[in-house]
Amino acid sequence: MAEKEKINVKKKKQSYASKSLSDGRAARLIYLFLFSGAIIMIIPLVWMFESSLKTPGQFLTTQLSLAMPSNPQWSNYFKRVWEMEPALQRGILNSIIISVSTIVVGTFVSSLAAFSYSKLRFPGKSKLFLAELATLMIPFSVIMIPQFIIYARIGWVNTWAPLIIPGMLGNVGMIFFLRQYMSGIPTSVIESARIDGAGYFRIFMQIMLPNAKPAIAAQAILWFMGAWNDYFAPSIYLHDDNLLTVQVMISRLNAMYAINTDYPLLLTASVISLLPIIIVFIIFQRQIIASVALSGLK
Amino acid sequence: MANLVSENKVKKNKKRKWNDEAIAGLLFVLPPIIGFFLFVSGPFLFSIFASFTRWDSMTDLTQLFSMDADSRSWFFCGFENYKELFSDIQFWKALWNTFWYMIGIPLGLVWAFALALSFNSGLPGVKVFRVIYYIPVVSSIVAVALLWGWLYNGDYGLLNQVLSAIGIPKEKLPNWLQNAHTVKPAIMVMCVWRGVGGTALLYLGALQNMPRSYYEAAVIDGASRWMIFRKITWPLMQPITFYIVVTGIIGGSQMIVEPQIMTPDGGPDYSSATIVFYIWQHAFGADEKGFACAAAWVLALIIFAVTAIQFKMNPASENYLE
Repeated sequence: MAEKEKINVKKKKQSYASKSLSDGRAARLIYLFLFSGAIIMIIPLVWMFESSLKTPGQFLTTQLSLAMPSNPQWSNYFKRVWEMEPALQRGILNSIIISVSTIVVGTFVSSLAAFSYSKLRFPGKSKLFLAELATLMIPFSVIMIPQFIIYARIGWVNTWAPLIIPGMLGNVGMIFFLRQYMSGIPTSVIESARIDGAGYFRIFMQIMLPNAKPAIAAQAILWFMGAWNDYFAPSIYLHDDNLLTVQVMISRLNAMYAINTDYPLLLTASVISLLPIIIVFIIFQRQIIASVALSGLK
Repeated sequence: MANLVSENKVKKNKKRKWNDEAIAGLLFVLPPIIGFFLFVSGPFLFSIFASFTRWDSMTDLTQLFSMDADSRSWFFCGFENYKELFSDIQFWKALWNTFWYMIGIPLGLVWAFALALSFNSGLPGVKVFRVIYYIPVVSSIVAVALLWGWLYNGDYGLLNQVLSAIGIPKEKLPNWLQNAHTVKPAIMVMCVWRGVGGTALLYLGALQNMPRSYYEAAVIDGASRWMIFRKITWPLMQPITFYIVVTGIIGGSQMIVEPQIMTPDGGPDYSSATIVFYIWQHAFGADEKGFACAAAWVLALIIFAVTAIQFKMNPASENYLE
C-alpha cells in the first residue's frame, strides 16, 4: 500500500517537473548541456584505456586518435603488466588487505559508537561527541608530523600499522552520519527489548545493526573507495616495495618506467588500479549517489 | 512475573549515575575516544610545542632533559621558525598558489548547480549522466593526475594536438605543466573536472529535498520560471552552497597530491606548489619537522580564521551549527 503510494508520488513528481520541459527547446538544451559535459568527463578515461592498448611507437604518433588501435596490445593487460618490478599484483593485494581489515573492524566499532551516541545516556556524552566532531576541523597537515614522530618512535614507520590501527578505532565522519541515521530508529523498540532482558550489546547486534544496515553499507563502501584511493598517508609511511599500496606502487612504477618510454604499459597499470573502484561504484551506484546527496543535508 | 522483576530492576538501575546503560554507553564509544586522544588531540598539542623547536628525526625525548645550555637554547628556538617562515619567498609563493587554485571553487559551483538543475528536470535518461559525471570523483587521484599529466604534455599531449588541429600554430602552444603561467590553470581545471560530479550530487540532494508546496503556490500565482528560480530555488540553495564553499576552502587549502604527482619539484619557479606541499617538503624531504610544524600551524590558523569569518557572514549560521 505504502509502496504503491510512493510510486504514485514519484510519477506525479516527474510529470509535474517535466510538463514544462517536455515541450522541445528546453529539453534539447538540457540534453545538449549534459551530453557535452559528459564527453569532457569521459574522453580522458577513454583515451587512457585506448592508449594502454597501443605499442609505445603508436602511442607517440597517434595520440589524437581515439579509435581502437588496429592491433590492440592485450598482452599489456594479461601478461606484461604483471611482470613489472615492483610487482603491481603485490600492491593490489596489499591495498585489499589494508582497506578490508581496517574497514571491517572500523565499521563495526563506528556503528557501535554511533548507537551509543544516538540511543544511550551516559555522563559526558555530548562533550565527548563534540570533541570528536572537532577533529573534522583539524587540518591533517598539523597532526601528520607529530603522528609521524610518534609512529617512528614506536616502530610503526614502514609497516601497515599507521594505516590500519587508527582506522580500526573508528571513523568520525561515519560515526556522525550513522548517529543521525540511528536517531531515527524509535527508542521504544530498545526499551521494550531492554524490559525483555536483552543486554545493550545484544540490542545493538539484533536490533540496531539490521535496521541501520543500508546506511552502514553505504558508508563502508564510501570508506573503501577513500581507502583504496588514498595516496598521501601511505606514501609517507611506506618505503619497502613489497609493502606499498597500489596507489603508491603506481606512482613509483611511473617514476621507474618513464625512462623506458613504455607509456602504454604504465597506463595499463593505472587502468587496472582504477578498475576495482569503478566496478564497486557501478554496482552500488544507487546507494552511493543517494548517500552522497544526503550528506550535504546532514 | 519475570517481566515485572526485570522492570523493577531497570527502574532501580536508572537512579544510579553509573548504571548499566551509562557503563555500556561509555564502553561502546571508548575505541574512538582512545583514537581521539592518541592520534588526534595528542599530536595536535604536540605540534604546537614542536613548532617552537628545531625538532628533526634525530631528536629524542629523553635527550631533551640532558641537553647543555648551548644546545638547549639552539633547540628551543622560540619564534625563530615563524620568522624564518615569513621571510621565505617559497612560503609566500606556496600560499599564493593555494589561494589561486581556489578560483576553481566558484567555477565548479556554477557548473555543478547547472548540472543539478538538469539532473532534477525529470527528463528520461538523465540518471545515466549522474553516473558518468561521478566516475572522475571515484577515480584515484594518482591515476587521474598521471593521465592529465599526459593530456597536458607539450609535445604529444592530447590537448595540444586538439588545439593545433583547430589551427593554433604549434609554437604558440605551451608545455602546460612546465610553464609558470599555465601550470596553475592546468591543475585547477583538472580539479574542477574531478570534483564537479560530487558537488552536483550535493546540489541535487538539496533540490530534491525542497518543499514542493512553494512551487505549487508560485505556479498558481502565475510566477514565471525565472521568478521561481530567483525567489525560491536560489535562496533555498544557500545553506548547501555555504556548506560546499566551506568544505571546498578547507579541502582546497590542503591540496597536495595533484601538484605532487604532476610537478614533483613544485613546478617551474615553484609556481604549482601548495602550502601543504611546502610543509611536506620541509617535514619529510629536508627533515625540518619543527619548522614544518610552524608552517602547518600558520595554515591551520588561516583555515580557522576563514571558517570563522564565513560562519559570521552567513546569516543562517546558527541554524547550521545545530
